[in-house]
Formats: sequence, structure tokens, C-alpha cells
Amino acid sequence: MDRLRKVFDDLKPSFSSGGTFERWSAIFDVVENFFYSSSRRTFGLLHIRDASHVQRVMVTVMVATLPALFYGMYNIGFQALSGAVEGGGKFTEDWHFIFINLVCNYDPNSFVDCFWFGACYFLPIYAVTFVVAIIWEMIFATVRGHEISEGAFVTTILFALCCPPDVPLWQVAIGISFGIVIGKEIFGGTGKNFLNPALTGRVFLYFAYPSYWSGDSVWVALDGFSSPTILGIGAQEGLNGIQSSYSWMEAFVGSIPGSSGETSTLFILLGLFLLLWTRVASWRVVLGVLLGTLITSSVFNLIDSDTNLMFNVTFLWHIIIGGYAFGLVFMAVEPVTGSHTNPGRWIYGVLIGIMVVLIRVVNPVFAEGMMLAILFANLFSPLIDHYVKESHIKRRLKQQVNL
Amino acid sequence: MFEYYLNLFISAVFIENIALAYFLGMCTFLAISKKIKAAAGLGVTVIVVLTITVPINNFIYIYFLKEGALEWAGLPNSNLEFVGLMCYIGIIAAVIQILEMFLDKFIPTLYNALGSFLPLITVNCAILGASLFMVERSYLFVESVVYGFGAGVGWALAILALAGIRERLKYADIPEGLQGLGITFITVGLMCFGFMSFGGIVL
Repeated sequence: MDRLRKVFDDLKPSFSSGGTFERWSAIFDVVENFFYSSSRRTFGLLHIRDASHVQRVMVTVMVATLPALFYGMYNIGFQALSGAVEGGGKFTEDWHFIFINLVCNYDPNSFVDCFWFGACYFLPIYAVTFVVAIIWEMIFATVRGHEISEGAFVTTILFALCCPPDVPLWQVAIGISFGIVIGKEIFGGTGKNFLNPALTGRVFLYFAYPSYWSGDSVWVALDGFSSPTILGIGAQEGLNGIQSSYSWMEAFVGSIPGSSGETSTLFILLGLFLLLWTRVASWRVVLGVLLGTLITSSVFNLIDSDTNLMFNVTFLWHIIIGGYAFGLVFMAVEPVTGSHTNPGRWIYGVLIGIMVVLIRVVNPVFAEGMMLAILFANLFSPLIDHYVKESHIKRRLKQQVNL
Repeated sequence: MFEYYLNLFISAVFIENIALAYFLGMCTFLAISKKIKAAAGLGVTVIVVLTITVPINNFIYIYFLKEGALEWAGLPNSNLEFVGLMCYIGIIAAVIQILEMFLDKFIPTLYNALGSFLPLITVNCAILGASLFMVERSYLFVESVVYGFGAGVGWALAILALAGIRERLKYADIPEGLQGLGITFITVGLMCFGFMSFGGIVL
């Protein structure tokens, strides 16, 4: 390890200002930070000293996604292989199968087969996302002279986890480009954006290529195999339809069709515990979202419409289906684009909770609501913060008068 | 009945948001959204003006301009729709002038708050647009009141959100060529994504 440190120390002068490779210092930084944590310290008149910094926070988020990521890979395989046994669809027989055939025996009961099958679908998506994102990051970092932030790595993981398994890779590249460039870099990079970049890219693709990113047949890596998500079933047949297709426990554990990382509420919860324990995620937002969902879904349950069957889907179902858990744990609590004040976090969370149920139930066009709900709340989070601050100032002024 | 008007209101505010779904009133929307305070003032002004002018134009349309509207004056074959555009603009300008004078005289505090925005929105296309939508959808009088108010609230909400975002973007590091209006256009475009979540709702 010391030898590696020495290599970096030797190279450093030529990458610092005045050195031969000054322009490429961002790239040097990112490679160095990959092996060693940053040596920079707080200095000057700042009086907050903390072990937490961007790199550590981002790595925590990445670790938190791992349970969902690994389960997601298994589930892609499980859905496709069990779907093939069931019949009705056939494998696409494209380049994926060069790799799949190496290990996989197409047995849905074998963990290894499912996992390998899923990995062969998920890893190319992730590789494309990662490479494209890093290229954009490097271009911007080099030209604009700022550092490459670890935030980009989190963005790539979250983005890849929102993708359906057999989506064309060029679309993945376009989506992550849009998310990174328009969603983040033109505002100046991590910490300066107002929309979650992974979400921006995902929504862009959702509106640009709806037939690849939504519907009944995209969620399982089989050709001509229709397996609607639970939300899709709910929109057609309501709560009874959902319950006759899947049990609550199945949906909670996550052996249901969906995008790579979103299906398993159980494994996402593990990530949530880590994020809450390390205080990366704000518990106020989490509780706010749950509260908003509880209120709105209960109101809809009470109204109970005959024509719109989504009305009678209960709170307990809402929180485990679709992208709800994934969005809540990894997108909604994001510190940059959410509200920055504590009362604001409550309002922001409740707004997401209300919007997600509203979109799912009332809007017939979009079965999934979490993504758009978070994006919508992102728009209003600066405004919420502003009014929280204003009211705080007003209250303090009043207190002063009373003294 | 109440439910019907509530639906009309909600769809005017969110689903058919006049700024982010129809892109009307863009000039003031982009120009006066640097500060939340100014945006709030402008938003309130737009709400007030729309709530007054849309119903008045509705009245004019139904009793004077519409085909056969002049029957009460003994002219059953009249159709003055071709002067509609002129009438609406004239009425909007007149109403805003009168409103300005009225506020100046009787509610000076409100006048000071709204003062500079009032003449500004005389030529705002959101105001005219709402009147034209009202004609196109042949709203009745009460509907036009609700619609005017809802369209105003929707526009105000959009400009408030934009102002909030722009205040936060003060700390952003935007490339030189995009600073100012450029980034604002992109911001508005991204905001439309958020408001797309309502697209397709039929109330």
C-alpha cells in the first residue's frame, strides 16, 4: 500500500497547478480518492469539524444500495427463468446469451442460475451508465476546473437500478447523459442541482421512449412475455386483482416483476437502516412521506370509487409496490434536492406522499407515481425552505419584541 | 355542483397550468422570477386580474359578441366574434387601469405592493390567453370566474416555484454562456417534467 501512496505522491506535483498535466488534475484527484480518502481538512474560521464529507456520505449511500442491487440481479434472473418455464415468452437470444450460457442451466430454482442470468443483464446496463457518466464528468471537470464528485457514482448506481432489465443500451447512455449534463453539470455539479440527476435521466427516458420504459412487457427479460407490475394489475383490477396475483409477503420480499432495484422492499429497508443510522438520510422526510401516503390512501379508501379500482388499494400495499420504497430511501431523502430545513423536510415529505398516491390513483396515464412525485416535490423544496426561514425570522422578531 | 367547480379549479391550477403546460405569460414569468418576494407580488396581481377580466370578457362575449348574442337588441343575426380579440385586449387594459387608480385611491398599501406589476401585465399573454381559452371552451359565467381564479393560482404557483429555484441557483456555478436567461429556460423545461405528472388526468 505504501508503494501506491508513493506513486501518487510522485505524480502529484505534475498534476497540481503549475505542473505539466495541470488540466487533468480532476482525473488524478478521482483516481487518488478512489484509493485514499481526501487529505484536505477544514481550516480557517469554520467551527464545525466532522468526520463526514461528501465522499463518505456517497460511499455510505452506495453501500446501502448493495442489498437491493444483489437481490435485483437475482430477481431479474428469477423472473425471466420462471417466466420461461411457465411459457408464453421466449429468450431474446441476443449477445447477452454468449455470457449467460457459460454458467446458466436455466433452472429457476437454482440461485446461481438466476443470479448469473440477472448479472448478465444488469452489469452491461451498469457498465454503460458508469462509463458514460464518468466521461461526461471528466469532460466537465477538466473544462470547468472543478473536481469529480463521488455523487456521480451514486447517480450511476441509482440510475441503473431504475432500468428495466432488457432495455436498449443506447437509451441507457442517452438517459444518463441527460441526467448528468442537463440535470446536474450545467448547474455546476454535485450540490448545485435542484433535481435529482438519476431521476431526471429516468424521467426523460420515460417520456421519450415510453414503450421501452413502461407497460406490461418490459419488466421481464423475455420476448413477448406479458407480466404487468403490481401497479399495472392494480390499475386494471384493483386490490382484489393484486391479491389474487401476489401475496403481500411476496411483494415485500420482492419476487415480482419490476425494474432492477426497485422490487424488494425488504432489501431496500436494510439500506434505509444503514442510511438512518449513519444519519445520511433524514428520518423526517421518511416519516413525512409515509404520513402523506397514509393520509391520502386512507382518504381514497374511504371515498371508494366504483369506476377507478385503484381507490381501494390500501396503505400497506402502496408502500411496497412499484418504485415506492426505492424512491423513498434513495431519491426522496437526497440531501441536495430535498428541503434543507427541518420543518421543511416534513412538508416536503408529506407533499411526496400525497402526490405519489394521487398520481397512482387519479392519473390513468401513469401507473407509477413515485418518480414524478419526487420530481414534483423537488421543484417546490426551495420555496418551502424559503417560507420556513421567513416564518422563523418572523417568530424570532416577535420574541424579541415580547422581551 | 360544488364538485364540478372544484374539478375545474384543480384542472386549471395543475393539469392545464397556464405557464408550464401552455407556456403562456413567459416574458414576465422569466423576467420577474429572480426574487421570491417580487414573484409573490406578481403572482397575486395575476390572480386578481385574471379573476376580474375573465368573467368580464365572458359577459361581453355572451351578451355582445357571440353569434346571435345581440338578440336582446333586436339583432338576432349578428356575429361580432371577429372583433373579439380587440375587445378582450381593450377590456384587459381598461380593467387594469381602473384597478390601478382604484387601488391608488383606496388601498394604497396594496397599490404600493402591486403598483409596478399592474402595468406590466397589461400585455401579458397569460391574461389574454385565459380569456381566449374561456371563449374556446364556451364557459358559462360562474365557470369563467372559477377558471380565471384557478388559472391565476396555477400561474402564481409556477412563478413562485421558479423564483424559489432561481434563488437557490444563486449559489450554483453555471457556465458563463448559460447564465441568466439560458439557465432559466432549462430550469423551466425541467420544471415541466414535474408538472407532466398531472398530464392525462381527466377530472
